[in-house]
Amino acid sequence: MPDQSRTRIRTLDASASPIVDISALTKVYPGGLTALDGVDLRIRKGEIFALLGPNGAGKTTLIGAICGLVTPTSGSIRVFGHDLATDWRKARQRIGLVPQELSTDMFDPVMRAVSYSRGLFGLAPDPARIEEILRSLSLWDKREERIMALSGGMKRRVLIAKALAHEPDLLFLDEPTAGVDVELRKGMWSIIDEMRSRGVTIILTTHYIEEAEEMADRVGVIRKGRIIAVDEKEALMARLGRTEAHIALAAPLQVLPPEIARFSVELEDGGTSLCYRGGDGTGKGKAEVAELTKALYAAGIDYTGIEIRESSLEDIFVSLLGEGEQ
Amino acid sequence: MIAWRSTWSIYTRELMRFLRTAFQSVLAPVLTTSLYFIVFGAAIGGRMPDLGGVDYGAFIIPGLLMLTLLGETTSNSSFGIYMPRFTGTIYELLSAPVGVAETLLGFVGAAITKSLILAAIILVTARLFVDYTIVHPFLALIYIMLVAAAFSLFGFILGIWADNFEKLGIIPLLFLTPLTFLGGTFYSIDMLPKPWDTIALANPIVYLVSGLRWTFYGSSDVNIWISFGITLAFLAICVGVITFIFRTGWRLRS
Ligand SMILES: Nc1ncnc2c1ncn2[C@@H]1O[C@H](COP(=O)(O)OP(=O)(O)OP(=O)(O)O)[C@@H](O)[C@H]1O
Ligand SMILES: [Mg+2]
Repeated sequence: MPDQSRTRIRTLDASASPIVDISALTKVYPGGLTALDGVDLRIRKGEIFALLGPNGAGKTTLIGAICGLVTPTSGSIRVFGHDLATDWRKARQRIGLVPQELSTDMFDPVMRAVSYSRGLFGLAPDPARIEEILRSLSLWDKREERIMALSGGMKRRVLIAKALAHEPDLLFLDEPTAGVDVELRKGMWSIIDEMRSRGVTIILTTHYIEEAEEMADRVGVIRKGRIIAVDEKEALMARLGRTEAHIALAAPLQVLPPEIARFSVELEDGGTSLCYRGGDGTGKGKAEVAELTKALYAAGIDYTGIEIRESSLEDIFVSLLGEGEQ
Repeated sequence: MIAWRSTWSIYTRELMRFLRTAFQSVLAPVLTTSLYFIVFGAAIGGRMPDLGGVDYGAFIIPGLLMLTLLGETTSNSSFGIYMPRFTGTIYELLSAPVGVAETLLGFVGAAITKSLILAAIILVTARLFVDYTIVHPFLALIYIMLVAAAFSLFGFILGIWADNFEKLGIIPLLFLTPLTFLGGTFYSIDMLPKPWDTIALANPIVYLVSGLRWTFYGSSDVNIWISFGITLAFLAICVGVITFIFRTGWRLRS
């Protein structure tokens, strides 16, 4: 199945040259740990790409390698067509990074910290632009406050503001919503959405599948330094998604009549429940369940309840990781 | 091509860091200079002969200046790079489109500015205790700037090399401070007994103190050109080491 997905991406990428083009990227840390193991990845312009993976999978290392924090052991990275090994200045100029750790100069007031970031990236001061960024992140009222006096969620917003200060075309968000409450997380999503509408390409890592499901156009799953799946979110769900329906029967059945057995169903709980598992995540499952109920009715089999559930990206993620384990 | 805006940002930020603790930055040199003058200038100096035609109180000014500059510049810039590494804020510098040139110009420029401010404070304070005239003020200025540049780079290397606070303090404590005290800060090398006056010449700080003293009073233990040469050589070595560190990412990138 992974081969299938690779071909698919290659054909899609042929239409537009990728913004990030990583090939055979490997990182072995000095201790001997292989954090990235032959990563190939292409990111398209304007998309939101979610990198999913358990702790220690290599997400931060991958981002670090693109942003200049980690020296790759081998492989190549091209960003906006610039080879990072030689043309890093031009590439970095257009990249923004929000690190996973909340690290910033705690003594600085918000405004100064954000203005500094803009200057560091070589741009002329632009108070109006900074104001716009701070307002969009609801930080304007806090602009004179020292960063250490802000809450954790606010600190993360300051880091985002710093990363946006030089108006990057490519933004890395390493777990933007870690340790952020539900409300703020929703707020963060709308901020990301707004950046996307401005044409910024976004690569984010997350542990919340819900987040990838909500935001991402494409999803990559990384495990032990290898990308084990990359695809459009919908395609991934269509390919690996399942519908599961439990139909409570009015009277227990011992054998299924042939007109019912042609569906992918089986009897459970001593014949009191009929379980359907099938479909593909594009609604085919739901349609089949509807057919099934009609068939049951036609066969004179009565039922008292139907429970239907679509598998989420989370289920897919868990099953992919399980697959990778073998 | 040097990205000047980036350089300026680093420079102003470093100065800001200095000014954030302005009170301490100003008060400390005023206090220590005064203490040295009270102890060495007034208490001991009264019983000391003139050295090379210079009153003892005036004689120790360049030494005192060098003592403070070396200590402050080294510790200031070693902290300036160690703390971002320690807290993780260095990610921003590493991910920015700046290279070794911008980083060094920013940090070293700020260190030179701080040193000139410190030097001015010390000279004004000294003036309260003794009368003196600087023979070559322009050369003195250049010399202070050179030494500040060299030792801020030295501090920079220390701050990158150190992987804990102890290491950060150990080099200044074990080497810099003793060598400075033994480097002719409060005495002329001629005053040392026989073998020691030659042994003292192995101490590089001797040349720095002596060089600055020459710019002040026109006479010194060692030839001014040797002093200049050694200062420049030290500066060049530090630039080389740092360029190498940046190129390889040693202790900066993982
Ligand atoms: N500087 C380093 N030196 C040595 N090993 C490291 C270093 N940084 C990370 N590692 C190791 O590399 C592996 C990948 O780490 P990485 O931080 O990239 O994972 P991650 O996917 O971001 O995890 P998380 O979800 O917990 O943030 C881990 O096993 C980690 O211990
Ligand atoms: Mg991580």
